[in-house]
Amino acid sequence: MTVVDLGTIRRLVSVTVDDVEHRVPEGATIMDVLDDAGADTPRLCQAPNLTPVNACRVCVVEVEGSRPLVPSCARKVEDGMVVRTDTERVAHSRKMVLELLASANDLSEAGDDVARWQIEYGADPERYGPPGPPAAAGERGNRHPGHHGLPDGETRATVAQPVTVDNDLYVRDYARCILCYKCVEACGTDAQNTFAIAVAGRGFDATISTEFAVPLPDSACVYCGNCIGVCPTGALKSVAEHERREAGTWDPEGETVTSTICSFCGVGCTLELHVQDNTIVNVTSPHDHAVTHGHLCIKGRFGFQHVQNVAPPGEH
Amino acid sequence: MDLVLLPDASTDAERAAVDGVVGAPAQPRRDLLLPALHAVMDAVGWISRGALSYVCDRLHVPPAEAYGVATFYALFSVTPRAPRTAHVCDDVGCAAFGGEDLCAAMEERLGPAGSGDEVTWTRSPCLGLCERAPAVFLQLATPPSEREGSPDATRALESSPHDDAHGPGGHAQIAPATADAVVRALHGDDVPGPDPVVSTPQAGAPDLELLSRVGVVDPGDLDSYRAAGGYAGLRRALAVGPARVVDEITVASLTGRGGAAFPTGTKWAAVAGSPEPEKYLVCNADESEPGTFKDRVLMEADPFALVEAMTVAGIAVGARTGYLYVRGEYPAAERALVRAVDEARRHGFLGDDVMGSGRTFDVELRRGAGAYICGEETALMNSLEGRRGEPRAKPPFPTVAGLFGKPTVINNVETLVNVLRIVAEGGPAFASVGSGRSTGTKLFCLSGVVARPGVYEVPMGTTLRELLELAGGVPPDLRAILLGGAAGSFVTPDQLDVPLTLEGTREIGATLGSGVVLCFDSSTDFAAVLRRIAGFFRDESCGQCVPCRVGTVRQEEALARIVRGREIGGRTVELQLLRDVDRVMTDASICGLGQTAASAVRSALALGLVGGSS
Amino acid sequence: MFGAGGGTSAYSEVEDTDLVLLWGSNARETHPIYFHHVLTGLRRGAAMYVVDPRRTSTARWARGHLPLDVGTDIALAHGMGRAILDAGLENRAFIERATTGFDEYVRAVEPWTLEKTAEVTGVDAGLVRETALAYACADRAQLCWTLGITEHHNAVDNVRALIDLALLTGHVGRWGSGLVPLRGQNNVQGGGDMGAIPNRLPGGYDVTDDTHRARFDAAWGSSIPAARGLHLSQMFEAMERRELRAVYVVGENPAESEADVAHARALLSGLDHLVVQDIFRTATAELADVVLPSCADWCEYEGTVTSSERRVQRVRKAIEPPGLARPDTEILCDLARRLGHDWGTPSPEEVWDELRSLSLDWHAGMSYARLEAEGGLQWPCPSLDHPGTPTMHTRLWERDPARRGKPAPFAPVVHAGPLDELSAEFPLRLTTVRRLDSYNSGVQTGGYTSPLRRDEALCLDASDGRALGVHDGERVRVVSRRGAVEAPVRFDDAARPGLAFITPHFSEQVDVNLITNEAWDPQSGTSEFKATAIRIEKLAVGARVPVAGA
Repeated sequence: MTVVDLGTIRRLVSVTVDDVEHRVPEGATIMDVLDDAGADTPRLCQAPNLTPVNACRVCVVEVEGSRPLVPSCARKVEDGMVVRTDTERVAHSRKMVLELLASANDLSEAGDDVARWQIEYGADPERYGPPGPPAAAGERGNRHPGHHGLPDGETRATVAQPVTVDNDLYVRDYARCILCYKCVEACGTDAQNTFAIAVAGRGFDATISTEFAVPLPDSACVYCGNCIGVCPTGALKSVAEHERREAGTWDPEGETVTSTICSFCGVGCTLELHVQDNTIVNVTSPHDHAVTHGHLCIKGRFGFQHVQNVAPPGEH
Repeated sequence: MDLVLLPDASTDAERAAVDGVVGAPAQPRRDLLLPALHAVMDAVGWISRGALSYVCDRLHVPPAEAYGVATFYALFSVTPRAPRTAHVCDDVGCAAFGGEDLCAAMEERLGPAGSGDEVTWTRSPCLGLCERAPAVFLQLATPPSEREGSPDATRALESSPHDDAHGPGGHAQIAPATADAVVRALHGDDVPGPDPVVSTPQAGAPDLELLSRVGVVDPGDLDSYRAAGGYAGLRRALAVGPARVVDEITVASLTGRGGAAFPTGTKWAAVAGSPEPEKYLVCNADESEPGTFKDRVLMEADPFALVEAMTVAGIAVGARTGYLYVRGEYPAAERALVRAVDEARRHGFLGDDVMGSGRTFDVELRRGAGAYICGEETALMNSLEGRRGEPRAKPPFPTVAGLFGKPTVINNVETLVNVLRIVAEGGPAFASVGSGRSTGTKLFCLSGVVARPGVYEVPMGTTLRELLELAGGVPPDLRAILLGGAAGSFVTPDQLDVPLTLEGTREIGATLGSGVVLCFDSSTDFAAVLRRIAGFFRDESCGQCVPCRVGTVRQEEALARIVRGREIGGRTVELQLLRDVDRVMTDASICGLGQTAASAVRSALALGLVGGSS
Repeated sequence: MFGAGGGTSAYSEVEDTDLVLLWGSNARETHPIYFHHVLTGLRRGAAMYVVDPRRTSTARWARGHLPLDVGTDIALAHGMGRAILDAGLENRAFIERATTGFDEYVRAVEPWTLEKTAEVTGVDAGLVRETALAYACADRAQLCWTLGITEHHNAVDNVRALIDLALLTGHVGRWGSGLVPLRGQNNVQGGGDMGAIPNRLPGGYDVTDDTHRARFDAAWGSSIPAARGLHLSQMFEAMERRELRAVYVVGENPAESEADVAHARALLSGLDHLVVQDIFRTATAELADVVLPSCADWCEYEGTVTSSERRVQRVRKAIEPPGLARPDTEILCDLARRLGHDWGTPSPEEVWDELRSLSLDWHAGMSYARLEAEGGLQWPCPSLDHPGTPTMHTRLWERDPARRGKPAPFAPVVHAGPLDELSAEFPLRLTTVRRLDSYNSGVQTGGYTSPLRRDEALCLDASDGRALGVHDGERVRVVSRRGAVEAPVRFDDAARPGLAFITPHFSEQVDVNLITNEAWDPQSGTSEFKATAIRIEKLAVGARVPVAGA
């Protein structure tokens, strides 16, 4: 009879990375080992609170015995595994993934790490020609899988399209969407289990979509915003952030982040309040908190407004 | 779960179609999603909001996910479409051999692709009828009420196999096709069925193994199959027991015939030895590598052999259910298999007491829906489970966690049919043909500029030249051969003496692949061929991983620039760009599709088939 | 539970359990992040049964949904108890070692055959038995409840009936087996732990316990009365008797949230003196003589809150409070000073450390530094080297009687249906519920625009609507024994024939507490929000109907 949690007993395995041997618990991923060793491994679709989908392939490494490169985020270490990260092949694939993404997507809000990796790995998206014209609103979501028109190569195809604003809480800027699947996972079995969005379509024409691309208010969406919380490129963001960015008043340098506890219900979710100019602009939760694992509900993420709906002096 | 469904209502016809698949009570059976969507397509020709909501309600599938599945497959439409659609092949095996002409004629007759309310046409990737180019697949929706003697299986039994190319849902194939025949068929005329003898010029020859019954037995008649030695293999397998069968397969050194050439015995032994009580067998009959049609011929002409082979395999590895995933564009093959499975079941060759042995095995047939990627084994499993056909990360391999997360053996049709001979003659006899890892006989799909196109069976080690001789000789003015499929590579007339083995082809930087031998002469517009291959991979990439999703697009664009003489920064720069894209796709894609998406282009550029020598 | 007012399990235990029994809880909407843990448990193979009058979004995830009639929880619990006993599935070893009062319990549940249980609760007898046996047979089981259990006139008895089920089966005090009351508000647990309930001192000590009270007396230099104080409902009764003439309300909005709210408003208005301390000018503040604007503690000041898993966590200041708003502790210390007591100007940490010096069993080991470093701690945490206590009452499983300690008592309780009985005049049962995007009286959640929000409506089963001749969207008059309100009707498949529901979130649209029943539980003081007898009247065309209580 187990009275207390015994946890899982894990043996240690030996793995060699770039000629250095590491002893790590069984079940760890290669990326865990690289992170512990202080390596700067690029990543886009990986998140510590989501099941790895290894879709972006930017974290690939060489593993002895495997012809293709291996995604370090998903592959679990095995005893005796020999890993190389310092090879030309690894650098080439990482560069190409970053370059291909930059050639198709707007990565300008993907964060400092991505900007740095672009430079470090030498990504050159411009060599694929000038970007083609953006798609009309909704057009990319209506493409039938399979046959497409023959391209002439004069411009490079991109996923550029207008921002979707169909509700008061968040916007979907799919020109930035790199199809990392994180939002789908957070909406699905990794957290919310609402399944309001999924990947639709196929290949380069695949999109994140509700059923029949209906507006979010017609879908199952419950506005937990966990999709925003995991989006790595700014494709999903709050209306508040979107409007500040549009107005030119977005000020990430002046932002403070303070941890506190949500004031709604008795669960006790940790909130990180992102404050600019004494105004809460976003709410997140740390992925390593045992209660939330980084996920919140609509009240926690958007219910803060009551503390800043302050009437100007003289009004009530 | 707390599903939220769109308010749109479904029609009687849509509900009747879905109910026919799902049965009376709603049930959380995600694996029935594809059959349910097929049923809607077959009945009304497209999937409306109401129909999707109804499917989701019955199967407990979130509508966004069901929509993601419906929009993954080319044979499904989530927008209104003419209920009778002709898919005209413009792929490498057909385009230059009547396909493009047929497309032009269709456009003249029916207007631009996709137009028309009642009948329409659309371009299609390879339909697996290359020996009879140009090929057309007819997707013909018929409300269940208008179908004679439904369910389909009943109708199948009543009709003679040779006079009907219609499969379930009333779909059909025409090859070689003329615009006249296609338009007539779209308007309801009967379509003549395939003649396997045309597809197998060797039919009836004495030294055949895999093709020995093609054109000899009646594919609709179990007795005819048994008279030709059918079910002797299963009888022997049951007599010697599963362990011995697995041993024989291992000794035979049988390798997978789908393209990856993995040792079959290794897979079987892993699953047979797994302590997990629930296991599955899957037959990959989603043959869609451009230029490939061998499995189609086996299924149409000798369906009982596949059913028997699956039974041997299933019992050997301890699976009680075998899923047979047939390509959606193969209605005649599907029809033949439905009939064969039903017959086998009625006669005790399937079910809970196979041939009185007390062992249980049965076959569930599932239809693909237009996605090349589903030929990849893990994508196929996702498709069977009612998910998008996106490949999974490996490891874990299917033998550990395959279909529904259980240990699974997945084999190609040709691979499985080989099992019967191994069981009958023993592994050593099989291994005595050929050499090394390349044992037994192998089917090749000859098409293009050959005198007698079709499926040919030769012992492993036969040279390419000998193979061409069988088909009427080395074509005059032969310029190049696409060997192994779109995922294979081009070889040239000076390489005809390569022995057709895994080892021999590798030595010249080529691959056996799925056995494609597509011949082109010097009149060929290789630029068009290459652009079609590049377009094919761009169309068929599932979109999951970046190297393949974006890489296939960039490859196609760069190729277009090279072909059109519009290189950015000069030809060397463009070739370097292609080389970079090739490398990342080959090195870092999740699955074989991306890893081979640059293979044919690379070899053609190296051989100077386009734009002069590099 | 068993002397400590808190749940026995950590949230994560529901991920490692075999059976989840959610009773009177729509956690999918009211505790969404706890429900994430439940969903993880379900994905790992746990089965879930949901007891709820409504077919909630939570119930739609369940293997079994037990749609009981409102207020028949004890009957259902006893019916399950008897079914377990009849099947011989009680945990004899646990009962003998770790409990008292089993024989009385057996007698209490003896009348509750499956037939009688089904008749009283309206739940199918087979489903009652299935749920009972699933709970008893599970290796590990979590029993969770919320306001569906506690917003009744016999709330404490309801809770006891559930605890009895856990004792009967031994589903307490082991990892994965326990009792989880999910608190409706973010610091209900902490408020009680700090002594803001009438019978407890900070740290959970009973006010009648002379030894511990002496420690508080010594520390505070005053003499704490040994008698229990009044709870909220008793206070209103004291106001009614005009014994209570001055009231100081901190962070409550009784003028909106009390059942039979017209009555409550009248009593508040008739006080000699009413002080309201709040972050908003609430309906209660509108009645006050003095309003003290305070900070929103969770983002404008520092402190701690305690969650439903007894986890104490820090809240921190992120933004400046508006206008004249001040932290609650500063207001209280100022007030004390004006009343002649100099409490100084303690920092939040100093206030907390004072608590730690007195709450020896629960909080002594929880320094601010540890709360910071360890992401909160779960009480009991008696010393700085104590890791905190995710699972309580593991002692009950000790073989050594000395270590096992005081046994847990069965508390044989008696079923008593809602006081607001259905009758020919009031034939429909109205229950109040909450929605995902809103919170209680809506004061806070009214501050943001939710795409999920729809106008307030009386939700009915369509068949009831047809029987009454009202259509979806039609405005009707809803009448109870205390008053009437107007509301539009909405047909909703979460309701069922005879059961209507509405939320308390939008009193400006439908002031539902004008018709709810103030009858309260003598032990907890909670009102019977969950069970109101109503009738629905069509509005006369063109007539303006005066609304009672307005």
